[in-house]
Amino acid sequence: MNRSILRLFMVVVMLFTVLVVWTSRWTVFSATALNNNQLNPLQYYASLKIRRGNIYADNGAILARSVRATGGTWRRTYPYGPLYAQTIGYYFPQLGATGLEAARNTELKGAPSPLTSLFGNFSSGPKVGNDVYSTIDPRAQSLARQLIDQTLAKYHGVSGSAVAIVPQTGAVKVLYSTPSYNDNQPNSNTCHLPSCSEFFDAVQGGYPPGSTFKLVTTTAALNSGKFTPTSTLAGPSPLIVSGAPLHNDGNASYPAGTTLTEALTLSINTIYAQVGQRVGGTLMDEYMRRFGFYSVPPLDYPAGQMTPSGELFYPGPCNHSKSARLLPPTSGCVDLGRMSIGQDKLTVTPLQMAMVVSAIADNGRLMQPRLTNRVVNNLGQTVEQIKPTVDDQVMKPAIAKELQQMMRRVVEEGTGTAANLYGLNIGGKTGTASTDLCYHAPAVSGNCPNGLPLNDVWFVGFPEKNPKIAVAVELTDIPSGYGGVQAAPIAAQLIQLLLAEHQ
Amino acid sequence: MRARNWELFGLVPAALLVSAGFAAIYIQRSNQLSTVSLVYGGVFLGLCLAGHIFIRITLPHADPFIFPLVAVLACFGVVMVYRIDGATLARQQAQWFVLGLVLFAGTVLIFRDYRKLENYRYLIMIGSVLLLLLPRVPHVGVSTGGAYLAIHLPGITFQPTEIAKVGLVIFLASYLRDHRQALASGRRILGYAIPPLKHLGPLLVLWGAAMLALIVIKDIGSSLMFYGALLAILYVATDRISFVIVGLLLFAGGAWYLGTHIQHIDARVLDWLHPFSPKLYNDPLGSYQLANAQFAMAAGGLFGQGFGQSLLVVPGTHNLFIPVPSTDMIYAIITSELGLFGAAGLLLVYLLFVARGFKAAMLARDSFSKLLAVGLSSVFGLQVFVIVGGVTRVIPLTGVPLPFVSYGGSSILANFVLVALMLLVSDRARRPTIQPLRNMEMVP
Repeated sequence: MNRSILRLFMVVVMLFTVLVVWTSRWTVFSATALNNNQLNPLQYYASLKIRRGNIYADNGAILARSVRATGGTWRRTYPYGPLYAQTIGYYFPQLGATGLEAARNTELKGAPSPLTSLFGNFSSGPKVGNDVYSTIDPRAQSLARQLIDQTLAKYHGVSGSAVAIVPQTGAVKVLYSTPSYNDNQPNSNTCHLPSCSEFFDAVQGGYPPGSTFKLVTTTAALNSGKFTPTSTLAGPSPLIVSGAPLHNDGNASYPAGTTLTEALTLSINTIYAQVGQRVGGTLMDEYMRRFGFYSVPPLDYPAGQMTPSGELFYPGPCNHSKSARLLPPTSGCVDLGRMSIGQDKLTVTPLQMAMVVSAIADNGRLMQPRLTNRVVNNLGQTVEQIKPTVDDQVMKPAIAKELQQMMRRVVEEGTGTAANLYGLNIGGKTGTASTDLCYHAPAVSGNCPNGLPLNDVWFVGFPEKNPKIAVAVELTDIPSGYGGVQAAPIAAQLIQLLLAEHQ
Repeated sequence: MRARNWELFGLVPAALLVSAGFAAIYIQRSNQLSTVSLVYGGVFLGLCLAGHIFIRITLPHADPFIFPLVAVLACFGVVMVYRIDGATLARQQAQWFVLGLVLFAGTVLIFRDYRKLENYRYLIMIGSVLLLLLPRVPHVGVSTGGAYLAIHLPGITFQPTEIAKVGLVIFLASYLRDHRQALASGRRILGYAIPPLKHLGPLLVLWGAAMLALIVIKDIGSSLMFYGALLAILYVATDRISFVIVGLLLFAGGAWYLGTHIQHIDARVLDWLHPFSPKLYNDPLGSYQLANAQFAMAAGGLFGQGFGQSLLVVPGTHNLFIPVPSTDMIYAIITSELGLFGAAGLLLVYLLFVARGFKAAMLARDSFSKLLAVGLSSVFGLQVFVIVGGVTRVIPLTGVPLPFVSYGGSSILANFVLVALMLLVSDRARRPTIQPLRNMEMVP
């Protein structure tokens, strides 16, 4: 009988081995598949119980915080709603995360504790994430909203954006677009234009930059050595560019001997078209890329929520793919002359233009824009200090200085005089891009016989004597709008406030 | 070292386990709990010590490892139940533990010569079968998940299968002790010895009974447990593997028929095969229990999430993530918190317990003792296989308790009787044949 008992025991050992093997199947070999199973709610449940860290403005105001909900869970609230909704975004477990909430998700939810033993981490308790201190200036952000909304109301505009960057550090002080939405109750089904938008124009919206783009053309012209500020050209109007007549504003013609500085000051299209053509596609491509065109901005914001700037082609003879895509200035499809004055198929985000003016203001050095200053744990210790990072030296400092003085002339005596606030010495550039659309009327072959043409208007600028801030303002679809009329005053007042705040 | 000192020494791991476990819970929830929680640990250890002293007096020769292994399991169980369900259930579990020890002592004292159980074997069998049928009695029995395994008496819920399993093993050991010779021999037909119908008949009746039980209590797992124990005892009694093969084929045939023709078993088989089918998962009575158990185990990984870290309640609700976490599904929680290593360690303790039972059977000097110890060890091991195999999807899930670890009174009481019988067999087996003192007295 004992032999049978031994054999029987072998069977029991086999059965128990099967149990261990099956347990290891679920705990080890198939664990990844189980953890990623569509039906597995554990990660979602775990996220409900995490108390995410707060998001603060640069003055300590709370922009996002977690409040207790039922059953040990937490819910996000945003005390200011639409004012920061586009920038901060939202975090709701069932919807996911957007904006800075998504970009700093790892920090906000807190890393898992490394100390896990057989009996667990006794002191872990409820999970608490880290606080994120952002670079946003609440007073400037509020002022941006107030000025944009007032201007849009007064001039019958649709939407507008403002971006302000500290040139030396890349810290983003203002990042705002109207219309915004309430991030306490995001709902894409009820959020519609013109009053509500979860689409963030400041970083997602591509608009023709108009004459503000002449700053990029000038940079390429000067830094390549092909032109100096005193180089002279003639600016007839119209000028045949790529087989079609190009006009100056008011159809004004300028004689031979007009300098490049004068051409920028008065925003002479036909001169800049010639400059761009002489600089050539290869150099334009190089300088656009140095400024950050053709790539997603290096901002700590979700890459999927930002649009790269450049020549945008919809599917057609030049673009055989199924969706719109960017083509470089070296492409034969690009009208280099019109691109050089910010028209053609150029689409640029307000953030990108702010980066251009920021690089010029910091003597040609482009800092990576950033929304975060530091990350602080729940004990008040700074666990991460975000260091200013140089993106590129776009141009020689001497060239940047020349460009700064040319931009000062624009505000002193050119198209941007509305930004010439006393004592600020603002340098800047206006932009007025026609959209081929008319206000409340159909367009007839690109003209508006029965109404006002809709323009995208811009102003980019910085205080030339004290370049501590760089600003880009963009307003969409302003009837007969001008960058120097609608956008310049907003930019000037933002610069004034931000300089006072950050002396 | 003498056997009883080994036993005392063997209680040290149990002591460490219960202290570390309660200390861990206390530290984790110190904001909600008082130091009273630590008292539970102390009381539990005291009970283990009392059990040891009782064995020292009454069963001095018994296997020294069986009781410490039970203590380790019970201590681990009470810590887990405390962690999952809190103080109330843990206190009840501890009370059942006290009652179990009393029953243990009673069994040892009353059945010091356990062989007199043989005289009552038919009474025991009838009683066990009645207990198995009890859950089907209207107003008394309760159906959980379609199976009839429990009865409701005023104030308590009782699982009669737990008691019946011990009774049936006693009957089988006794019956097969008498008939083993006859079953092993028999007329040879085509080189195969067919036992006389007179002896084979009752076995076929038992097979029929197991199938009937399957229909009556509608539960593959418990049937597998009983039937497996029957085959184990039969094999050891006759030493004929062909009985086992024929028996397994018969059971497989019966199970297949019932699995495809009884709706409730059919549903369990479907859940077992396709727990991640969205349709089954989202059904209120569907596979989410099994699927969530697997998600929990996957979260455990190699070393576990840590004691007390497994998610029990769906956040923001009062719904349990895995239903019945402290009884049927306790193995999933254990694996989730202590990982593959913790779970394998627990299974090793069970295996050691079964091994000591088999050891007692091998040392025993008479057939009844051998068959009894083999039967008790087998039914215990099979019970672990049925519930752990159910949770880990080796076989369809059946709600039987994980012995000594799951919360549940009837299970603890029945298993203490089982341990008492095992120690009685072991004590008799290891008792020196010639007792020097008595011999000296006999010298004139």
